[in-house]
Amino acid sequence: MKVETRKFVAKTGNEAAAFAMKQINPDVVAAYPITPSSEIVMIFSKYVADGEVDTEFIPVESEHSAISVCIGASASGARVITATSSQGLALMHEILYIASSMRLPIVMIVGNRALSGPLNIHCDHSDTMGSRDCGWIQMYCENANEVYHTIINAVRISEEANLPCMVMMDGFIVTHGMEKVFVLEDEEVKSFIGKRKPLYSLLDVEKPITLGSLTLFDYYLEYKRNQLEGVIKAKKIINDVFEEYRARFGINVPSFVEEYNIEDAEIVVVVMSSAAGTFKEVVDELRNKGEKVGVLRLKVMRPFPYEILREKLTNVKVVGVMDRAETFSTMGGPLSIELRAALYPLSKRPLVQSFVFGLGGREFGIEDAMKVFDILKDIGMKNKITEEYIYIGLRE
Amino acid sequence: MKRILSLKELAERTVGLASGHRACAGCSFPSIIRMVLGSSDYPVVVSNATGCLEVVSTIYPYSAWPCSWIHVAFENAAAVISGVEAAYKALKRRGEIKEDKKIVFIAIGGDGGTYDIGLQALSGALERGHNFLYVLYDNQAYMNTGIQRSSATPFGASTTTSPAGKSSFGKIQDRKEIIEIVAAHKIPYVAQASISHWGDLIRKLRKAYEIEGPKFISIIAPCVIGWGYKEDETVEIARLAVETCFWPLYEIEEGVYRVNYKPKEKLPVKTFLLKQERFSHLIGRDDLIEEIQKKVDEKWEKLLRLDGLKVF
Amino acid sequence: MKLKTWKELEEGGVVRNTPTSPQYKTGDWRIKTPLFSESDCTHCLICFLYCPDSAIKVKLGKVIGIDLDYCKGCGICANVCPKGAISMKEEEI
Repeated sequence: MKVETRKFVAKTGNEAAAFAMKQINPDVVAAYPITPSSEIVMIFSKYVADGEVDTEFIPVESEHSAISVCIGASASGARVITATSSQGLALMHEILYIASSMRLPIVMIVGNRALSGPLNIHCDHSDTMGSRDCGWIQMYCENANEVYHTIINAVRISEEANLPCMVMMDGFIVTHGMEKVFVLEDEEVKSFIGKRKPLYSLLDVEKPITLGSLTLFDYYLEYKRNQLEGVIKAKKIINDVFEEYRARFGINVPSFVEEYNIEDAEIVVVVMSSAAGTFKEVVDELRNKGEKVGVLRLKVMRPFPYEILREKLTNVKVVGVMDRAETFSTMGGPLSIELRAALYPLSKRPLVQSFVFGLGGREFGIEDAMKVFDILKDIGMKNKITEEYIYIGLRE
Repeated sequence: MKRILSLKELAERTVGLASGHRACAGCSFPSIIRMVLGSSDYPVVVSNATGCLEVVSTIYPYSAWPCSWIHVAFENAAAVISGVEAAYKALKRRGEIKEDKKIVFIAIGGDGGTYDIGLQALSGALERGHNFLYVLYDNQAYMNTGIQRSSATPFGASTTTSPAGKSSFGKIQDRKEIIEIVAAHKIPYVAQASISHWGDLIRKLRKAYEIEGPKFISIIAPCVIGWGYKEDETVEIARLAVETCFWPLYEIEEGVYRVNYKPKEKLPVKTFLLKQERFSHLIGRDDLIEEIQKKVDEKWEKLLRLDGLKVF
Repeated sequence: MKLKTWKELEEGGVVRNTPTSPQYKTGDWRIKTPLFSESDCTHCLICFLYCPDSAIKVKLGKVIGIDLDYCKGCGICANVCPKGAISMKEEEI
């Protein structure tokens, strides 16, 4: 079915996520409410109450237990989904590493929200950037439509890679913003995700296994290298699964990056999630004036698609990297640091300016995006970067 | 009601921790595990909290466990087993596990993972009503990290973070009443037991395996290193804990208290205390020994008053 | 046992065909050795119940000996034996 003929519905990001979960009909869902992602499990628990899914829904007493239940269930061969935000994700932190080290597929939907302190409920990426080194796949979506499709893909990717996978959307901006979502038929979802084939299961009691051994200096290094191999291999899986999805359903959901007018661009902004939409509008405006500007939206932060970034950015003159998180390294946000590291081995590489924006839900509008391009143009003219990082929208 | 197994029957079920684990010589928990696993007529999945038991039994690639076993972290054994049980229910509902396939789900933790850091996950799992047995092996301190005090450490015991000294007699607080806390969740079965009274322990385990819903059994776990006694005395120490009523054997089934063992002659608590290095600073401190005796007596008398009463 | 390379490890660190711990012998921890007197033994199996190392060998309900590959020499068996059928002897170094 082509996208033009496909039916669409108006849904918020949270509703789109819950609807995808309904069609996936996972074996086990365990979650604890937290703003702004609470709605996902609220809506889902209504599906459970109405018998529209036959999932075992476990309303736990904390996020720490939510992810622990997910591990127990996934290690028992179940298909598992959870959702959280901010403090909830931070509370899971310890266990995130264990889920990935056990090579357990789990899909976690995250409504990105600033971390305390100070307490704030609005969007930034400090929560999931804080867990980017936990061994999970991380996919940041731009809008509700992409959230819906990415969750369905994430089930396949997670289970084929045997790695847990986070699917992100910007808190309130996307979680609560109503958008057009092109939906698949239930049967299409079912046939695309198929049945899970676990590496092992605790419930295979005739063939007992031990999982979560104490692994000391004689094996830990090998263990981690082995785990890394799984993440390396996940790149091809991510690519192939999305490719199959696009081909089968005619829906153009990107796998690693979305390119917007970058073919001949001299100035490119690299940005994640919903702010990409703002930049695309500004690019349209500037292109009309004949300026060679573009946007590269990074969707997958882990595994980091440095090969693609190198290829796409090597011939660009100036790159601006937008970080919706601070690292306190005093040299910019996480994406800018990694991007610069990725480009460093190139003999021909762009000037890279780091920007921090939107922390704690600070508005980021057309004028802000325009300002970013102005700064990048100025850098291009001077052929020089003078500031390590620039905060956008900050009262000085 | 399932009958107690004879030791011959238990021996035929070679399902304890296998040889080759690294527990200290004289450790009490291998016999706890032998009884816990051996008492089940069904296959078992264990979720083990971080602690001595987990550490000594699964040093990669050597595992001493004869059953499906998972360890995730210190504080979440009850949450992990909730997930396993949820998967079992879901997969059964979808016909991927046969309807008549019974599996027993067990979470095992020490006192640190149960009374302290794991209390929240335990409480959550009990309240949600998962069908599992929680086994607490209570050695009354954080033995795995070097004998630090826990909220299960008894009044007067010297540990590395409640050391006896010139101006200290060891831990100044009482033990948390974990049985009462667990029972307050109104779960169908709660019990306290000891390996020294193995018939009682096996009976409790076999009863627990037939009850639907959350069950909790607390088992005293004497520790050669942490308690400071000769390594061949483990069973004897456990027996003295029971015979002095320091560790009464009782159960709360559907809200009804039952004292399972009343010593013919209740021994003074100092016969238990003074065999152990952790209480050796109490020699000559009759006032403190008397205080401990008073605490033991009060608890015992309270139990006798509750014996046979339905409390919820 | 030859240590595996990272490529040989199973994903997720899963250990199959458990228990695997018998490949690790703990008998050399022992400083005292249990001596088993078959003629005094009534095969009550109390020693089997309490041996922390699963080192009491039982066949058809009868104690047939002690597995010194694993026995750590704690002496619990000798202590709990009601018939004095096990005694502990210092290891000769």
